[in-house]
Amino acid sequence: MLEITGLTVTHSPIEAVHGIDLRVAIGQCVALLGPNGVGKTSTLSAIAGTAKHRGSIRLEGQELTALSVEDRVRAGIALAPEGRRIFNNLSVFENMRMGAAIRKDRAGVLRDIDSWFDRFPILGERRDQSAGTLSGGEQQMLTIARALLSKPRILLLDEPSLGLAPLIIAQVFDLIRELREDGMTILLVEQNAGAAVSVSDHIYVLLNGLVTREGPAATFGDGSGLMDELTGVHA
Amino acid sequence: MDYAIQQFLNALSFGAEYALIALGLAIVFSIMGLVNFAHGEVIAFGGYSMAVVGTVLTGNPFLLMGFVLLACVLVSVLLERVAFRTVRNADISTGLLTAFGVSIILQNLFLLLGSPRPVAATQFIFLDQTLTIGTIRVSSLQIYETVATLLAIAGLGLFLTRSNLGIAIRAAARDFEMVRLCGIRANRVVSGAFAISGLLAGLACIFIMARRGSAAPHMGFDPVLTAFVACVVGGFGSLPGAVLGGFLLGFVEVSVLVLLPQSYGGLTRAVVFTVVTLVLIWRPDGILSPAREKGDKL
Repeated sequence: MLEITGLTVTHSPIEAVHGIDLRVAIGQCVALLGPNGVGKTSTLSAIAGTAKHRGSIRLEGQELTALSVEDRVRAGIALAPEGRRIFNNLSVFENMRMGAAIRKDRAGVLRDIDSWFDRFPILGERRDQSAGTLSGGEQQMLTIARALLSKPRILLLDEPSLGLAPLIIAQVFDLIRELREDGMTILLVEQNAGAAVSVSDHIYVLLNGLVTREGPAATFGDGSGLMDELTGVHA
Repeated sequence: MDYAIQQFLNALSFGAEYALIALGLAIVFSIMGLVNFAHGEVIAFGGYSMAVVGTVLTGNPFLLMGFVLLACVLVSVLLERVAFRTVRNADISTGLLTAFGVSIILQNLFLLLGSPRPVAATQFIFLDQTLTIGTIRVSSLQIYETVATLLAIAGLGLFLTRSNLGIAIRAAARDFEMVRLCGIRANRVVSGAFAISGLLAGLACIFIMARRGSAAPHMGFDPVLTAFVACVVGGFGSLPGAVLGGFLLGFVEVSVLVLLPQSYGGLTRAVVFTVVTLVLIWRPDGILSPAREKGDKL
């Protein structure tokens, strides 16, 4: 599905990612783990096209490197970015419409938006309210809904647990699990190793811009030791 | 009483014109951070194209109005294409200087290709007639101008809340990159904003031409400067702020004219800007400035 080879990402003048290879098979959930500032978000930005990069990024055989941000969305990439970045001057419904902006089937869009309202009734109740009034967890759900409304081939999820309470994190990961069961292909970036390992098929560990370890999720146990090992902190 | 109603209408039409132009500035600023000082030259271009088309093609005022609107939309979109697109990601001051540059170039083109003296184009003068309603005498132009402005604002409101492009323009004011990450083409959003800005300029141009009866190189610059002040007072980047600021300025200006003794007429502007200064001391970001993020909700 997604095949990345020799990817380097630069935020001039600094090179954040120094040539990594990464593969996500269709229907898989792959997690990219690592502490702060090792290039996880840079990798996702490169795939989405918002960061300068070299190397090859192929989606179902189509080379994305030369495509603009907008064309990559049309090719099937959807990003639920770090910090959520919902449009807080727009209503919940308008945020979702923006997510579906590339689609031509108006009726289908409205049906899909309604099904999100069924899934998260709180979003439906706030349909016409400013999305800025939502709580952090609700905003995260909205961000994921917005990304999925473009009907992507692959969903890039950047730290969906960031800044959320444990109970809400569990809800977010329940959603990720459901999406995976529905057959969605997901590339997940996380610092919460335990939660990430529990929903993923395959794990990549990123350290200082390089992949230091990779393997099936099963080989990482419950992931609890992983972050300690990476950060040198023993909780 | 009659006098008061007349002056009220006066203020309303002044305010309407400022609001129209201020909206054109605000919609571009809100998504690009660009203060488009070439907006006045878009208005002047509308005036000149009316003069040209009016002499060589048709004298029908309604067809001419269409031409003026079309000319302003096209030139506004064209200016973005040739001048502002290249500096889109540059520093804010680069955009500002580009806008002044474009403004100067266009003014001089009007001087060279037209004439330093106003070029007559009187087809819209008929809009300005004195109506007598009971004991009140009002100018029909003021009524047209106020009604047209209110309709334009309502139409713009519908466009910005109903259409995908309109919602995207509002979204881009907050986070342009995220709009692109939704697959909406940046160029379409920016061109759309400039087209709307041009349309509003065209509408303002029709009323300015109806009042002046002639096109001149600097005809748009002064109203744009006043509209810029309206934007600042209302809160730069806020569309409701631009409308509020425009009408507020109209009302302050007319009140000052009415209240100040005739012999102090020359002080009108000074008093208006004193009021503006006081408003800005009260609210430094303008009355309806867009709410600033007080830290992210993470």
